[in-house]
Amino acid sequence: MIPALLPLFVGVPLLGAGLLVVVRGPLWVRRALLLAPSTAAMLGGAGLIWLTRDGTVYAHNVGLWQDGIAIPFVADVFSALMLWTTSLLALVCSLFAVATGDDRQSFFAPLVLVLTAGVSGALLTADIFNMFVFIEVMLLPSYGLLAMLGALGRLRAGRIYVTVNLLTSTIFLAGVALVYAAAGTVHLGELAGAAHESPMVAVGMGVVILALSIKAAVVPVHGWLTRTYPGASPAITALFSGLHTKVAIYAIYRLYALVFDGDAKFLWIGVVAFTLTMLIGVMGAVGENTTRSILVFHMISQIGYILLGVALFTELGLMAGIFYLIHHMIVKASLFLSTGAIEHTHGTGALDRLGGIARREPLIGLVFMGAALSLAGLPPFSGFVAKLSLVLAAVESQQWTVMAVMIAVSLITLMSMLKIWGGVFWGKEPPVAEPDDTSTAGANGGSVRTAAPPRIRTALILPGLMLTVATLCIGLGAELLLDLSAQAAANLLDTSTYVEAVLGR
Amino acid sequence: MTLAITIAIMTAGGVYLMLQRGMVRIVLGLLLVGHAVNLLIMSAGGVFRRDMPLLQFGTALTAADPLPQAFVLTAIVIAFSIAIYMLTLAASGGDDDTEGNP
Repeated sequence: MIPALLPLFVGVPLLGAGLLVVVRGPLWVRRALLLAPSTAAMLGGAGLIWLTRDGTVYAHNVGLWQDGIAIPFVADVFSALMLWTTSLLALVCSLFAVATGDDRQSFFAPLVLVLTAGVSGALLTADIFNMFVFIEVMLLPSYGLLAMLGALGRLRAGRIYVTVNLLTSTIFLAGVALVYAAAGTVHLGELAGAAHESPMVAVGMGVVILALSIKAAVVPVHGWLTRTYPGASPAITALFSGLHTKVAIYAIYRLYALVFDGDAKFLWIGVVAFTLTMLIGVMGAVGENTTRSILVFHMISQIGYILLGVALFTELGLMAGIFYLIHHMIVKASLFLSTGAIEHTHGTGALDRLGGIARREPLIGLVFMGAALSLAGLPPFSGFVAKLSLVLAAVESQQWTVMAVMIAVSLITLMSMLKIWGGVFWGKEPPVAEPDDTSTAGANGGSVRTAAPPRIRTALILPGLMLTVATLCIGLGAELLLDLSAQAAANLLDTSTYVEAVLGR
Repeated sequence: MTLAITIAIMTAGGVYLMLQRGMVRIVLGLLLVGHAVNLLIMSAGGVFRRDMPLLQFGTALTAADPLPQAFVLTAIVIAFSIAIYMLTLAASGGDDDTEGNP
């Protein structure tokens, strides 16, 4: 019964999107239709976490085709955790978009729903070609959302984004073709351990993982991310940061554990690439001077941390990586939303044109401060637990350089968070904040030129506040998420339950 | 062999076009690479068996592998829709140069 409900994670948002295109009701009906599927997915995700917490794996053959022929949907505790977090972020970012009025744009709501459907599908599917299709389902609405809303450079950002992603998808497809040629199947259950045994499959899977690394913005293929995300509207940046790269990270974890069987031969490539990612990402942030571009560079650095979990491939490493992934999605979205609220109200995110916000608006200061400290890894926030367990994992694997880089990067992260804090929240208020351009100033476009600086509306602060409270709660009650991550890591290390569930034998 | 050479030439042409500045050329380059990958998928299924994998027209020994054909069909549709969108991006803004502000 439960497995048969898995396709609903994809079906319900798609149905909602279809309805939103057709229904021309009053605004509250459309808003309800936008928020309801994400809420339902969040509840469903929570239920799935509860059901899979002991390591059970649920699989459903869509269309009830025979095992091995059908395209299965599979949920274990890792995908359940990801489903819950992605739907939480979709919900919170939609709330933020409702507050900024982005959702009044025609087709905003249906596009967001199609995006979440694609994300859920990519998280659940156990077939790499189907994963390609769902990643495309996720990307197509993103192209529209990126070019529809945002600052002056959004068309240029849109061009880079589409070009890079189409090329990456093509590479992914080439990898799928090579895997099919070598193994004769693209079914994850039958591919289990195949790359460990046959070098030909390993080459094909290597191409797939390369494509996923581009999508996850691993150094040296990270350049597209920093040039496109600052161009989108704040709500969209937060949504993309929470969903897109993280789906690619999830897929890298899953595929390396399942198809490569955690092969130790290739781990050094990951260790080198992801350590560089941490270092270069955080270095890039030092030279930036708007809030969002700093945060985007930090995202790259944090992606290095998350992926190190899979590069270490020990039980502790995987557990720490999964914990870090969940923590990071929440914290990063919180930072993007709180700085986005400032950017929306004041019309600019440039550090030298803002100031003194902490004195005037202590609440948003608290929201940002909490998330920033969590990102840098200070207790009592979730970032501390995440970093500590990752450092312990590196020590356990005797990767001393990696450990040193992790700690150094944390310090630089804290430094850049202080740079945003000093530029935006402390200091003197600039006499009159001139907006970058009228489109981001939105409804407040007229008022920013008046002498009194505009207040940030509570509705804009609330979404970020929710996520900062979430990171505090995860930090204080880390045991719960650590146990779930440990179970997810155990499932990745021993893939037999997954394979049995998918193949039905 | 013919298939391999065709794929190689299309990829080379596609990469060359993608490195140009004009958006339309980039789109054409991506289309070429996309088609090269489609041929790669076709070759992954083996090109020696060519009977229709349908009803009684072919046996399992002589029929072509239908799965790569389904893959290619899906991939073509996706690439087509994105290409249309990219051409829209190329047409919006002043010119199709990707360097300056569009």
